[in-house]
Amino acid sequence: MDIFIAGVGGQGTLFASKILGKYAAETGLDCTLSEVHGMAQRGGSVVTHVRIAEKVFSPVISEGAADVLLAFERLEAMRYAHMLKKEGLIVVNAERIDPMTVTIGAAKYPESCVDTLRKYSREVYELPAAKISAEAGGSKTVNTVMVGYMAAKLRLDLEKLKTAVAAVAPHKFAGDNLKSLLAGYEAGNK
Amino acid sequence: MSNKKLALGDYGVARGAYEAGVKSASAYPGTPSTEITEFISRYPEIASEWSVNEKVALEVAAGASVGGARAIAAMKHVGLNVAADPLFTLSYTGVGGGLVIAVADDPGMFSSQNEQDTRFYGRSAHVPVLEPADTQECKDFTIFAFELSEKYDTPVILRLTTRVAHSQSFLVEGPRLERNEKPYVKDVPKYVMMPGFAKGRHVAVERRMAKLGGDANGFDINREEIRGDALGVICSGAVYRYVREALPDASVYKLGMVYPLPMRELKEFAGKVKELLVCEELEPFIEEQLKAAGIACKGKELFSRQGELSVGLIKRALDQSLPVPHSETGLPQRPPVLCPGCPHRSVFHILKKLKLTVFGDIGCYTLGALPPLEAMDTTLCMGASIGMAAGFEKARGRDAARKSVAVIGDSTFIHSGITGLVNAVYNGLNTTIIIMDNATTGMTGHQNHPATGTRIDGSPANVLKIEEVARACGAARVTVVNAYELAAVERALVSELEQDGVSVIVTRAPCVLLEKKTAKHRVDNRLCRYCRLCLKFGCPAIRTDERGGIEGAPTAAIDEGLCTGCGVCAEFCKFKAIGRRD
Repeated sequence: MDIFIAGVGGQGTLFASKILGKYAAETGLDCTLSEVHGMAQRGGSVVTHVRIAEKVFSPVISEGAADVLLAFERLEAMRYAHMLKKEGLIVVNAERIDPMTVTIGAAKYPESCVDTLRKYSREVYELPAAKISAEAGGSKTVNTVMVGYMAAKLRLDLEKLKTAVAAVAPHKFAGDNLKSLLAGYEAGNK
Repeated sequence: MSNKKLALGDYGVARGAYEAGVKSASAYPGTPSTEITEFISRYPEIASEWSVNEKVALEVAAGASVGGARAIAAMKHVGLNVAADPLFTLSYTGVGGGLVIAVADDPGMFSSQNEQDTRFYGRSAHVPVLEPADTQECKDFTIFAFELSEKYDTPVILRLTTRVAHSQSFLVEGPRLERNEKPYVKDVPKYVMMPGFAKGRHVAVERRMAKLGGDANGFDINREEIRGDALGVICSGAVYRYVREALPDASVYKLGMVYPLPMRELKEFAGKVKELLVCEELEPFIEEQLKAAGIACKGKELFSRQGELSVGLIKRALDQSLPVPHSETGLPQRPPVLCPGCPHRSVFHILKKLKLTVFGDIGCYTLGALPPLEAMDTTLCMGASIGMAAGFEKARGRDAARKSVAVIGDSTFIHSGITGLVNAVYNGLNTTIIIMDNATTGMTGHQNHPATGTRIDGSPANVLKIEEVARACGAARVTVVNAYELAAVERALVSELEQDGVSVIVTRAPCVLLEKKTAKHRVDNRLCRYCRLCLKFGCPAIRTDERGGIEGAPTAAIDEGLCTGCGVCAEFCKFKAIGRRD
């Protein structure tokens, strides 16, 4: 299973991939995570490749091959929609973060996010992850909500996922993250 | 399952160093190599340090090696340029305890200023180069590199690329090799490289490399995988992983050591396949050596020298009928930006306002070159800003110096800016130098340095005072201003640009990620005229609220979640529409 995570530097996409990596370890499958550190993290467009299978070779997902596009921001979902295989799953956070090019008036933020995404798949789900996170009591757990929601759509093993979240989250925030995971999971099951 | 661990390639190198019994680790941070030394610093058995620059890091490793310990130095590809001087002669002296230089290349330039190929350093300096493909190999090859180093009396380069350094895959950990340091033996002909002795060592180097080139044919890390005779591929590192996925039926020769090449085995492999392909990122390093040895192969006529390879690129190179997947066009770009509340932004705001020619340097502040700040004219390499500003004055005269500045960060200044400052003073120039002191090495993730007064493990150290260094170097005037105070920054600049001699202005404020402020600012929608001056400041926390005004007109707005309360926007709002939330 290939999960392509896209977002904006600072949104916590790396943490989401860490949960999925730990989940893979729990299932006994092979796994790779490919990340971007350094300059690109400073509010730029960031992606993480998560690959889980019996045996993984390339740490990078090929264009048009991702089973899932997990997008933390609408524009970034559009930017990487071509990574998805035909009729793959798209989970997109209903959040708009203006890039500097839009803020200074050099570019316009596109309006038609979900319509564009539907060209790639009928399986497009937009969720208010920040709202779900806030209701679950966590302030910065958008990433765990996103993972939970996706997990419901993919029917991942919830118990193993809970173990993964508990192992990866800093001790202080483990409770918040578990609650957010479940809230995301429930929203994904509706 | 339990002893398997999902970890970065950088972690694999660190773990390999630990298990190999390494005693000394030294590095200057540089993406994607930084985490190697951060991970190593967690092992109390290893004396690890952030060195002042890569040259010193390698010299420290050389000294530890002479002292009989195993030592590792880590850096990014361009860091090896800085360390090239010790490298080339270290090749002559050879080692005492094993010495490994972990160097991370960045094909695709995720976080670098060029795409140079470290493998050439191996050939040029006559030093073997190993290239692991995943985290397990990062560990295994690091351990092997130390054995190789001691057996052949040579430093060894362990070359990573971003996809290996910053990808996580599983590795199995083992125990640390308990190793006694070799006794120190004074050996002048081996370690004192002056002509008479170096001539003898050069002979030893040639002999060593000839032996290594022969022995390479039997190394386990060089591996032939025969699957059929139609197509054979020679590759190494991350590219091996792309090849295995793109061409599952191809025979593969996987190189673990990319210099020197196991030429006999490669010739044999070439004889077993009808068509031979070399897949390598960046330069045709392997391909040209094969061709020079009379082995017919295809390579760079199918692949670019730029960027990374991928499964798709390899498939399409061999089957041009495959479609090229296209991304959506016309989407707004999202380049990286200075963080909300970053103290560099206000300085660039003034530089732009004064329309100065700005010689920049390497760090987060390089982002000051991008819109809307656009206040940087050049960025070359670590420390170049000061020398270039001086050269610009030589080309364009004294008046040009009144309209130009060098901008350099605190860590970069200590790395290699001090020499530029001494040089400008010595040669009677009139350079104005801004040292943006944010009390950390920011871009690479907040490493300590000599001016922070703390070491890699957080222990207290002597505090290098940047302004005292500048004075000691002979700067005519040294001014320290708060980076957030626009008026003070502007006043200092305007005054110093007019003065003769070298001026240093230290704009000081800690990196905003180190000290989160609690005060937040907001826009008063009754006062905002939507002049957009604050939007042009380029702070990610400031945006347009399309209906923010009382009668639904657009206004500026400040995102409470992103604002750090630095208050600089409030300083320059002409309508006093921005104030603190509380």
